[in-house]
Amino acid sequence: MRLELSIAMTHLLHRKRQTLVSLTGIVLGVAFFLGVSSLMRGSELDFIKRLVDNSPHITVSDEYRSAREQPASAAWPDGAVQLHGVKPQTEVRGIRGYQRALAFIESMPGLRAAPVLTGSVVLTFAGQAHATTLSGMVPEKMKTVSTLEDKLIAGTMDALDANLNGIIIGEGLADRFSLSMGDNVNVTSADGNVRTMKIVGIFRTGNASYDENQVFVRLKRAQVLLNRPNRVNRLLVQLDDPYAARDVATLIESRIGYKAQSWIEASEDLLSVLTVRNIIMYSVVAAILVVASFGIYNTISTIVMEKLRDIAIMKSMGFHARDIRRVFVIEGVIVGVIGSILGFGLGLVLMGMLGQVAIKPPGASEVIHLPVYRGLEQFVLAAAFALASSVGAAWLPARKGGRVHPVDILRGAA
Amino acid sequence: MSACVRAENLTRRLAGEVPVTLVEDVSLEVARGEFVAVMGPSGCGKSSLLYLLGLLDVPTSGRVLMDGEDTTGFDENRLADLRLRRLGFVFQFHFLLAEFTALHNVMLPMRKLGELGEARAQARALDLLAELGVAEHAHKRPEQMSGGQRQRVAIARALANDPMVILADEPTGNLDSVSSATVRDILGTLAREHGKTVIVVTHDSAFASAAGRRIMLVDGHLDQSAHAPG
Repeated sequence: MRLELSIAMTHLLHRKRQTLVSLTGIVLGVAFFLGVSSLMRGSELDFIKRLVDNSPHITVSDEYRSAREQPASAAWPDGAVQLHGVKPQTEVRGIRGYQRALAFIESMPGLRAAPVLTGSVVLTFAGQAHATTLSGMVPEKMKTVSTLEDKLIAGTMDALDANLNGIIIGEGLADRFSLSMGDNVNVTSADGNVRTMKIVGIFRTGNASYDENQVFVRLKRAQVLLNRPNRVNRLLVQLDDPYAARDVATLIESRIGYKAQSWIEASEDLLSVLTVRNIIMYSVVAAILVVASFGIYNTISTIVMEKLRDIAIMKSMGFHARDIRRVFVIEGVIVGVIGSILGFGLGLVLMGMLGQVAIKPPGASEVIHLPVYRGLEQFVLAAAFALASSVGAAWLPARKGGRVHPVDILRGAA
Repeated sequence: MSACVRAENLTRRLAGEVPVTLVEDVSLEVARGEFVAVMGPSGCGKSSLLYLLGLLDVPTSGRVLMDGEDTTGFDENRLADLRLRRLGFVFQFHFLLAEFTALHNVMLPMRKLGELGEARAQARALDLLAELGVAEHAHKRPEQMSGGQRQRVAIARALANDPMVILADEPTGNLDSVSSATVRDILGTLAREHGKTVIVVTHDSAFASAAGRRIMLVDGHLDQSAHAPG
């Protein structure tokens, strides 16, 4: 192997310009691979993090996935039961006996839950009206499942306990109505209940729509306003391990009957888009390396063509076809390895530059830096792609070199 | 003396629309330490016969025995191993590897064989270059040497693994008369004093007197009438 390595090195060093061109192709390929994949992966992880942080890991809602079983069917499970004209019982919407469900969820290790009653209300202030979503919650429980407390730019969630008519609104709404802390607004429900409430907190999430259309009050106050005493329509569940959400949701649903949807299930379409995006991204960056590998193919092919006489003489000396192949494959490996190492350096510079770019996404109120992810697996993948394409590109001319029949060349040269 | 190289009814044909016969029904024996010149007009099949005897080519029919060992049916790798250990080639064009120095060219077969370490291989290569009078050019690349010097380096390379047989194809075809005489003398000495079997394909009539035996080839056949010691 040392002999083949020294021959390979000699070949490459005597064709510095061609070797440099091949090397540049791989360096740029690896660097772009790293730059693009770090950005794609970074934005993906950032997106998932936002998804996991800003939405409940599991939402138990007051719905059933399928129609409830009729008592007659339950009584005669093996009988041929047919019911006509079934009219569902009219009842107050919401999760019945939510305290029991809450207690069950909280009894599971690593789970935190908060009951929420959500409904539509109209906020009026100084003759202006604005329809918003009102969520009634228990501050001490809400704190364990939501980042709302962190997003408050004025006031606290505990202020809702101190002032039963307290309301927390978003910054967008505050700006729109020129509201500030301590101001009173009228809240009108669909049933016509009206309450005057005092602003005890203002939050900013960065999502303009959310900041304008969401308000929070105490659960009891919401139940009165929406005329749904002792009911909630959602249980928000947060897990220590967000990626276990799917299994835990299934368990909760099987136990309490109501629909429990994990963030993974709720965002399935978005997550599948991410997968498609990854496939596209890796295809494109791999294509860059494949194109770069043509440079290697070109260089090694030229060397093989120029070195036919050397190959013939080495074979006449006693070199095997595999020795000859090895020489040229090693040349590809050398270009691939050095190209990868230099590409890592350039890729890191590229990642650093991308990380400095600041953008303001539409719908957001804050400027953010491009999310760049520097993961070991990207470097491994980039090097693997670079090496595979280099060796692949070298293999074809190497095989040709190995097949050279010395007599054909010697006869031609004589 | 026992036959070092023995050819039995060697025939080599190139297939094609019009098949070409390069060598036909050639049988010969070359003893250890013998210096044989294969002569004949251009295109008579001298080089083809040398390639067959040197196990670079495989006969269409007939067989080659190397030191009594029948090489018929040997695969490419086995033939390559035999060439590496027992045969040394010298060609009309020196065929030295252009990027390597004379020293590294001579070391190449030894490094391939891998029996000597790097240091011993280098020492042996320097000895060989010294024996052939080109030691001072050891660190030069082929382009920095004259034709005669390159050919002597090529002979040193052929001797690297101490082969049994030296096969030379027009070794003086590209040299001036002084260098030709030197190469002839070297090959003669190798046969006489070192017991190497030397088979030289040549047009050079001076080889006729230097060689122990001349073999004439005409149209791929041995010309028995010219089979005479020189």
